[in-house]
Amino acid sequence: MPDQPTTAARIDDLYRTDSRIILATLIRLLGDFDRAEEALQDAFVAAAEQWPKAGVPRNPRAWLISAGRFKTIDRLRRRARFDAALGELAMRLDEAGPDPAESGDEIVDDRLRLIFTCCHPALPPDAQVAMTLRELCGLTTEEIARAFMTSPSTIAQRIVRAKAKIRDARIPYEVPARERLPERLEVVLRVVYLVFTEGYAASAGPTLVRADLSGEAIRLGRLLVELLPDPETEGLLALMLLQESRRLARTDPNGELVLLPDQDRSRWDRALIDEGATRAERATSGLTVGPYGIQAAIAAVHATAPSTDATDWGRIVGLYDRLAIADPSPVVELNRAVAIAMHDGPGAGLALIDELMENGQLDDHHLAHSARADLLLRLDRPAEARAAYERALDLVKTDPERRFLEGRIAELDRPRGAVRELDVRPG
Amino acid sequence: MKYLCIVYIDPEIFGALSPQGLAALDEASLAFDEELHQTGQLILAQALQPISTATTIRVRDGRLSATDGPFAETTEHLGGFMYVEARDLNEAIEIAARSPIAPFGSIEIRPVLDLARTVQERRERAAPAPGA
Repeated sequence: MPDQPTTAARIDDLYRTDSRIILATLIRLLGDFDRAEEALQDAFVAAAEQWPKAGVPRNPRAWLISAGRFKTIDRLRRRARFDAALGELAMRLDEAGPDPAESGDEIVDDRLRLIFTCCHPALPPDAQVAMTLRELCGLTTEEIARAFMTSPSTIAQRIVRAKAKIRDARIPYEVPARERLPERLEVVLRVVYLVFTEGYAASAGPTLVRADLSGEAIRLGRLLVELLPDPETEGLLALMLLQESRRLARTDPNGELVLLPDQDRSRWDRALIDEGATRAERATSGLTVGPYGIQAAIAAVHATAPSTDATDWGRIVGLYDRLAIADPSPVVELNRAVAIAMHDGPGAGLALIDELMENGQLDDHHLAHSARADLLLRLDRPAEARAAYERALDLVKTDPERRFLEGRIAELDRPRGAVRELDVRPG
Repeated sequence: MKYLCIVYIDPEIFGALSPQGLAALDEASLAFDEELHQTGQLILAQALQPISTATTIRVRDGRLSATDGPFAETTEHLGGFMYVEARDLNEAIEIAARSPIAPFGSIEIRPVLDLARTVQERRERAAPAPGA
């Protein structure tokens, strides 16, 4: 059987490229996540058995959808001996028609249905993330657990509970109505960005960069731009690409954190910057501009600047002014203050940070204290700078950031006083 | 599918209502109930007397205790409920979101548990149907 290896390779390829698309349609046809996953596996097993002998069908995706559906109806009929309700269900599924809708629109709608169901606001945020990675990205429970440094059973339980809520509270498998789309899209974008930031800068623990999750998030971002063109969808993808472009430069060979001013800009990924900057431009050129678009525009100014000194800080301050209106938060205010320090001098920035700290919102934020320390150092006030670094050290959560701050304190005897814009993302 | 939409009133927002505002809200609520009734979505809607009229009872070891007020001290007070028939959770969310009372607090949406069916299914599992 000379063509067997190629058929097997073809099936592997199809699984990689099409299994999520097929799953999305099977969930609609079978009305249940677990049944659809079972059907998906059955369909690929059937393909592995039959295609090497009978040849690859002309429309493999339609064949797989159809096979999955029939296998499920078969299985339900067999179980109907023990549970009459399953027999009725098998009949209903069979009557729904042998020809699963295969038009392009319906496929796109199924993928959107899956996205909006995994990111339904009635599911808790950690379940939205787990469902998205499992159902939409096809990651295994173990892979998700590893990425989030938790146990597979914790992730499995989140997914089981989410599916139970989808079933028991009857969360529908549908694309939201037009008037609900903006708020529902906001949840989807938040989930994707959460996956990205989790991969980009671990919130706790030993590894600073977790590549897999960032890659998955960018893939999801591309899918959303394709399926749901919108300035904020474009803005989120641009933001992720621009942050991703600095990945290699963000840590040194020992895994230590390197901040924006000290990064070797020749190690930034030019292709990602070009694409990110173009998309950021597109995301902010329309009438409505949202927080992701503005953040992408800020990231684009940094990414296209030859050095920290040659950065257009005036433009960055202006963008932070807009961001503070579009998405007000203490972290945005902090970043704005640091940009103002770069534009107007450390004294102006320090006054703003002190003002922010007075109302208490940033007091437990390590980046606020370390930014304050940087500015104090530039103002030649080393004793106060040391106290601020030490306060930041008390609050910091990741090991590389902790080592970075320890290094700063150790260096205080021979200060070099480079202030930096914080490499943080609001929200 | 049946959902109970439990309305919790935020006393700060609600208390800021003028008498005219309150009268308008009452009118709008009645009209909304009527509208849901017409579309067949409403099974029952009921507003409740203020929390100062509440009594909580507990029976432990056969002894009854009755106390003034609600069981838990919360900032939001149970103000009423809508029992609705909806196709799915999204439709129930739409109904609750359209309610004139929605801006004055929060609404918890709970799918009902069909106890009769649960009991029936448990019995069937314990004793399989003849012929199986």
